[in-house]
Amino acid sequence: MNLFCIGLSHHTANVATREQFAGNATAESIASKAGCTEALLLTTCNRVEVYLVSNKRISTDEIAQCLMEKTNCNLRSYPLPFYRYEDHKCVQHLFRVASGLDSMVVGESEIFGQAKKAYESARKSGAVGPYLHRLFQRAFRVAKQVRTYTEIARGAVSVGSVAVELAQRIFGNLSECKVLVLGAGENSERTARAFVSRGVIDLRVSNRSLDRAYDLAQAVGGRAVPFDDWATQCREIDILLTSTASETPLLAPDILAPMLRERLDRPLFIIDIAVPRNVDPGVNKMEGVYLYDIDSIRSVAEQSLALRRQQVAAAEAIIADHVTEFVDSISRGLGRMSHVAGHASLGENPLRASQL
Amino acid sequence: MINCPVDRYLLIASTICYLAAVVHTCFELRTGVFHPMRFNFFTIGLGFLLQTAFLSVRGHELGRCPITSLFEVFIFLAWSVAFIYMLVGPAYRLSLMGAFTAPLVLLLQGFALIMLIDAQYPVNVPANSWLEFHASISLVAYGAFALACIAGVMYLVQERQLKTHHLHSIFYHLPPLTNLFAAITRLLWWGFALYTAGIVSGFFTGHPLPNLQVVAAIALWLLYAAILQARHLKWLAPKRVAALCIIGFSAALALLWGITFTAELHPMP
Repeated sequence: MNLFCIGLSHHTANVATREQFAGNATAESIASKAGCTEALLLTTCNRVEVYLVSNKRISTDEIAQCLMEKTNCNLRSYPLPFYRYEDHKCVQHLFRVASGLDSMVVGESEIFGQAKKAYESARKSGAVGPYLHRLFQRAFRVAKQVRTYTEIARGAVSVGSVAVELAQRIFGNLSECKVLVLGAGENSERTARAFVSRGVIDLRVSNRSLDRAYDLAQAVGGRAVPFDDWATQCREIDILLTSTASETPLLAPDILAPMLRERLDRPLFIIDIAVPRNVDPGVNKMEGVYLYDIDSIRSVAEQSLALRRQQVAAAEAIIADHVTEFVDSISRGLGRMSHVAGHASLGENPLRASQL
Repeated sequence: MINCPVDRYLLIASTICYLAAVVHTCFELRTGVFHPMRFNFFTIGLGFLLQTAFLSVRGHELGRCPITSLFEVFIFLAWSVAFIYMLVGPAYRLSLMGAFTAPLVLLLQGFALIMLIDAQYPVNVPANSWLEFHASISLVAYGAFALACIAGVMYLVQERQLKTHHLHSIFYHLPPLTNLFAAITRLLWWGFALYTAGIVSGFFTGHPLPNLQVVAAIALWLLYAAILQARHLKWLAPKRVAALCIIGFSAALALLWGITFTAELHPMP
């Protein structure tokens, strides 16, 4: 019995190549076509991988052919960017993938849900048997442990999520925060949606064109505010998000100072993602004001990524322990099975227990 | 004459618990993996139980509340800090407060142990319930002020990181600024109420109180009253309130030292 994984990811292939192998096959079709005992197909935007259990050796080309079933591409027209992991390497690879260590953004958690979904789909179709079941259940356990005992998933890494996370570090619960979005462009919308997804209820949108402000307000469940009134809103809001095309700063310390006196006990968080900047950098020196421009947000994202990368070694150590333990437990399980089945030796059974 | 080695062992064991919490925090900060809640809460909880056992043994030996010397005052103050932390830390989800509380308790307790200030003399003063109430309630108030000071330090650390845009691993474990400020305010109110009760009860002890001590105690009371009033009227920004909490507790410690020191030099008749 062989356990192996064949696939391609952002490490080995560009998106144009990856998309040729995605969405053409199912775990069930691969299992039946390649003659495997068990199969599981994991397809995400960054990877297409097949986990297989088989009694015979199956070549990478055969699996690649299964993945290209519906397309007319000639498999031999370019070198295949596939990797292949067998036995304990396959176990290790899956544990790394599920924990987010193999992801483009190290530590991202989306892959965990995608792996669970892939497992559920393959289980329902009957393509998953006892080996892949045990393997994937263990992978989910490992991923949870890695996230709990390391800082691998700590910190936000995109502009929207950094803005939201910083806001939560200042205000805690965002549902009681008042947010003003200045500018109705794409960046404003994306960040405003990130705030709404984290519980913001009171969201106001202001733009030179009131119609666009109204459209964005409707799209994100907020209300439009006339552009002439936005500055006075600073008296009551908690978070200001600016992303207008203004060539000169819209907010400077002298404009903000009188309003701050009325709100001395409440912090004001300003996210300025406009280029050129909409807010004078001097505002950050004012008491109770926390100003983040696009560079400082990127710097926070980079710090988070650096923090995550520091945790890779700790995560790898957890994974290594689990790989050893899993391989041992599988070997013991196979030993018991062969004992029950009339002392059939592992040599007679093509099951490569030592490698599993 | 107090000659009970058991209580010393209890105190040393308690100090080791707090030392373990501090070492663990330092180690985790170095590695960048920080899980303050479990280990710190457990070690501080164990340290607190051992402290309580020490105070209980010492209290039975003395036949009164064990606040008869500078040594005991330091231990009682350390116990008060841990006691308020056990009440406040989990309730306000200030798990990281343990990482800041343990060093303060270790400092107070370690200082008392290392400086060999444990007075080995018989206590001649007759037991006075008002005096004991006055001293103990004031020390518990100091515990609340100490926790407000710790929350103030946490606030300033968090605030500094947000201002400079340089976020350390600890940043993600610190409570949000607004939650910390709410905790500071509540701790100040608790401390102020207890301290007021302590000062008022001081006038019922039946002993003539030294003028300097009374003036200093009232000055400290006024300082905290002013902080709370300024907070209530929104005259002060949260950052300044946090800084004043640190100044206030430093003044409280100085006052405590002065009161205990003068009391030891000039024991009451």
